[in-house]
Amino acid sequence: MKLNKILKNTLLILLACFALSACATKKVSTGQMQGDVYTGTDTVEYLASGVPDRVFFATNESVLTTASRETLRKQAGWLRKNSNVTIVLEGHADERGTREYNLALGERRANAAKDYLMTYGISSDRISVLSYGKERPVDSGSNPLAWSKNRRSVTVKAN
Amino acid sequence: MKNIRFILLPILIFLFTPIKSYSLIEVDITRGNLNPLPVAVSPLSIDQKSKKSFENLLKKKNIGEEISLIVENNLRTSGLFNPLNKDAFLQAPDIANLKPRFEDWNLIKAQALITGKVTNIDDKLRVEFRLWDVLAGKEMMALAFTTVPTNWRRVGHIISDKVYERLTGEKGYFDTRIIYVAEEGPKTKRVKKLAIMDQDGANNKYLTLGNELVLTPRFNPTNQMVTYLSYFRNLPRVYLLDIETGMQEVVGDFPGMTFAPRFSPNGKKIIMSFAKDGNSDIYTMDLENRIVEKITNHPSIDTSPSYSPDGKFICFNSDRSGYQQIYVMKNDGSNVKRISFGNGIYGTPVWSPRGDLIAFTKLHKGKFYIGVMRTDGSGERLLTENYYQEAPSWSPNGRVLIFYRETKTNDKGEGFSAKLWSIDLTGYNERMVKTPIDGSDPSWSSLLSN
Repeated sequence: MKLNKILKNTLLILLACFALSACATKKVSTGQMQGDVYTGTDTVEYLASGVPDRVFFATNESVLTTASRETLRKQAGWLRKNSNVTIVLEGHADERGTREYNLALGERRANAAKDYLMTYGISSDRISVLSYGKERPVDSGSNPLAWSKNRRSVTVKAN
Repeated sequence: MKNIRFILLPILIFLFTPIKSYSLIEVDITRGNLNPLPVAVSPLSIDQKSKKSFENLLKKKNIGEEISLIVENNLRTSGLFNPLNKDAFLQAPDIANLKPRFEDWNLIKAQALITGKVTNIDDKLRVEFRLWDVLAGKEMMALAFTTVPTNWRRVGHIISDKVYERLTGEKGYFDTRIIYVAEEGPKTKRVKKLAIMDQDGANNKYLTLGNELVLTPRFNPTNQMVTYLSYFRNLPRVYLLDIETGMQEVVGDFPGMTFAPRFSPNGKKIIMSFAKDGNSDIYTMDLENRIVEKITNHPSIDTSPSYSPDGKFICFNSDRSGYQQIYVMKNDGSNVKRISFGNGIYGTPVWSPRGDLIAFTKLHKGKFYIGVMRTDGSGERLLTENYYQEAPSWSPNGRVLIFYRETKTNDKGEGFSAKLWSIDLTGYNERMVKTPIDGSDPSWSSLLSN
């Protein structure tokens, strides 16, 4: 009886481990998202070598992730080195929201990036902000991965 | 912004001559109409001489028939009427107009009959029409009017409005126009231009060329002015456009994006959002004295404002609770009250022209709905569910909503389209509104002939 119970427990634990590892693999294989924030590089362009041009956001959010802050610090470094460059921060939303709200959300996201660049010493005179709401997606797909690529703020050289 | 084309409305000369009326047949429009009223629309009779002259003027073979087709189409799309097949008509148009043989019309199960006559009087179009109650064998309404011949489509719409009003007891919505955004091209590089058309899709015209992104055009309820958002020179701002002269101007002098514009009910103010430093608040600008007022002051996104028809209240959406919800406040921004409490997020509230309801877009569990609720948030009723749809706009009589719907793309990101749709307040009679290319952001005008 006792042995039986131990066996049963071991089996359960084994099963649980298996399930967990299956989940883990699955997460890696869908790959390019953490939570619902895009972490891939498919759509990313570079302002200079090692300086990605964009940061990504969670649904309905304008909070900068750790990865986004790192990207923006690289952008700030590049902007300090190239002090004549001015930029436009283009804020975007995914297609799963009403048009007018998304215009405001895009503006809020671009401003989150702007505020961060300013804390790293970039003058607001060099930064303008433009929201496109959901009008200019980079991925025309109707799925969570496509939406995650579209929730973004892109730093574009203006001069 | 010189690419606006000039569209002049023909000068209208409508002379109405009411004759007499009774109260007979009635159509109940307050519930879904599963038994539309059978109505016979007899082609309007026309004498040979008038027929010839209008054929020369308008390039239409038989203008009497054409006008009756417009009436028939309007009545059918309302969902309240069932226009009968003309092949079954036993009586010729000219005689029917004078004295219908009610037995003949009764035989084909018509309950109402519309007859009429078109004549050319000094190169003007004169139309008289009559509405008959077939069962009672009585005339319900008779009207005559005269106008310039190029107005012939509007004559059809006005007859439709008169018949609708006589039979339902409420004003019609056929002599109206829709302004919308016509769009084409791949989803990632969509080209958008302002377009205007008659409510039935006729006379479609483009007002901009598509060089810059344009969004959310809305009619002034008191005239034919329009306010919309343009990305001219990459500066998204609210514009005011006079569609009769083509004149346009930026509304106010804001140091950032202005968006989500709408007129006040008296047409004298524009209410809109202004985004600054990541925060969007609601502002008004008086079009006469240019005074700008800040209406909301909150660190959240406040947008999509819409006035109540008496101008005393404003509904809008805000994410101050964490997610987009609908709020109502006084027109000075005081007494803000949240009214949407159902599951999901709520946006684009639009106050009904009748004052009792607010139409909205709702997102819940990955589906989008168009719905209505009372102005205190009670009595929520969802009219239609889809992958994506939003931005309802009311018909001027508050009985029909027009909105736009977008399709889901396939795995390759193909198959995107945006179309205009309309649905009755009852939740019945859902129809696609045809446009030459894709369309979104529709706004319904008030009645032109008022």
